[in-house]
Amino acid sequence: MSQAILQVEDLSKSFGGVKAVSGVSFELMENQVLGVIGPNGAGKTTLINLLTGFVRPDRGKVLFRGQNIAGMKPYKVANLGVARTFQMVKPFYQLPAFKNLVLPLKSPRAKQLTGGRYGDRDAVAKDLLEEVGFERDSWVIFKQASVLPHGYLKRLELARCIAMAADLVVLDELFSGLSLAEVASLVPVIDKLRVQGKTIIMVEHRLRELFRIADRVMVMNFGQKIAEGKPREVMEMPAVRGAYLGSEEEGA
Amino acid sequence: MARRLERLDRGIKVRSDDVFALNSWREMLYIIAPRVLPVLLLLVLGLAATPYWQRVIMQACMIGLLAISWDLLASVGMVSLGQALFFGIGAYIAGILDHYAGLGPWLTIPIATVGGAALSTLLLLPVLRLRGIYFSMVTLIMPLMIERIIEATKIFGGTEGLSGLQPMPHALVEIIAAMAVVWVALFSFNRMMSSDYGLILKGINDNDRAVMSAGLNIYLYKAQALFLAAGVGAFAGAFVTHAYQFVGMPVFALDYSILPIAGAAVGGMGTMSGPLLGCFILVPLNELLRGLGGMRTVIYAVLLVVFTVGLPEGIFHFIKRKYTQFERWVEVEQ
Repeated sequence: MSQAILQVEDLSKSFGGVKAVSGVSFELMENQVLGVIGPNGAGKTTLINLLTGFVRPDRGKVLFRGQNIAGMKPYKVANLGVARTFQMVKPFYQLPAFKNLVLPLKSPRAKQLTGGRYGDRDAVAKDLLEEVGFERDSWVIFKQASVLPHGYLKRLELARCIAMAADLVVLDELFSGLSLAEVASLVPVIDKLRVQGKTIIMVEHRLRELFRIADRVMVMNFGQKIAEGKPREVMEMPAVRGAYLGSEEEGA
Repeated sequence: MARRLERLDRGIKVRSDDVFALNSWREMLYIIAPRVLPVLLLLVLGLAATPYWQRVIMQACMIGLLAISWDLLASVGMVSLGQALFFGIGAYIAGILDHYAGLGPWLTIPIATVGGAALSTLLLLPVLRLRGIYFSMVTLIMPLMIERIIEATKIFGGTEGLSGLQPMPHALVEIIAAMAVVWVALFSFNRMMSSDYGLILKGINDNDRAVMSAGLNIYLYKAQALFLAAGVGAFAGAFVTHAYQFVGMPVFALDYSILPIAGAAVGGMGTMSGPLLGCFILVPLNELLRGLGGMRTVIYAVLLVVFTVGLPEGIFHFIKRKYTQFERWVEVEQ
């Protein structure tokens, strides 16, 4: 087994009196896919915000390749190689789809990796869009992001992570709001990321697809990690069933 | 049978961004005319006008610069209600350098432009993190605050201001320099906004979190945009100071904050040309109505409302649409 790319220790964050994330610890090996599941309000998105610098933790460490990135500014985290998508898609609405990728391609990280020579930037952007499933020779890549359908905007989010050449990709409910067919067409894209050696954290509600992709699954409830393990095993655990279906006492 | 207005792009087909494949003089003219004609028109007006109207045109240029500066900030998501801050700081730096050190306009104006930009950026640096209305409120307060500081501490001439400053070398130099700077600012900022750098700035307006997650430091970019915009405003202040040979508290007045925004509302924001056009309409209009005394403000306000309601997109966007697209009614089946 290769070494850990991400080590999270005792990560906690409260908003007012609400413990959004409390005492979460886990480890992620290089090139693994970790699924994070849990009921609404379990703290999954806060966890992602903590990992990517958008929220400063009250306590705890996030070690990315041994370096503590907890509380670091988001752009610095991104330049270290941790890219994320947003659950509520955040494209640059005024810009055409392919121009959306100019920004990540202009980032210090992307510049450094290409030695400042990324060739024809627009062509690179179009290649990236093709990689996530935009039709290459169609008008859709020239369309303003504000008129693109939701499915394409999700792909655009993913393309931004790829453009950042991230080592750790954090996907916040990538599949939410997509049709079965759209999800099915995105699964191979994620598989490909994995083949390229990237490590992936997926927060997801679509369990069937998630279980097909993920090596391990972590279950959260009320800000705490309540279980972790192989997908099938996790779903057999009583605590997990309780969180999802209500405990036996209440549910029966 | 229902009808629907169809709009189709006119003009040049082979085109990508700003590279045009021109096939004829006609096409060349189509591209160049809207850029060159306003420049020539203003030049002729400026040279032919009486000294009084030359002053009005100069003033329109300066308010226009403030409007360009406002639009630049607005397109990065910073809506400034305090253009007077930049204007006033530039004006006072020029005034102080001239009054106490005797430097002429050729030195004070460049120093005031850069120094004013730096000082304004420093003053607003702590509030760069604020978004939307919070940023606007701080910018609104800043110039008024400085005005009171000058009044209370009686520095730099206090309420009297500094007068007897060195004038611009010649009226002709004054008007031509004013126009030249306006066009340089307009075209270079427009060019900048369509470059990659401009894309980043627009991206910050669209979605700052996405820019952060693209590994870019948005505060750095915001500070740079602020520096550029403040520099343009400070130049206008310094220029006016020497044109009127006087600098005083009124340079921080609300007028200099409101007029550029009114210009943007009338002309149409987002292109820099729109707000500039708006100022070239509003400032001379203001002068024309001067004869009406107290009723001037009322008529001015009514006109402003009419413009805003009648053409919410702004005059510039309206003209641009008519120029670049042709319209026709097509029948649609129900």
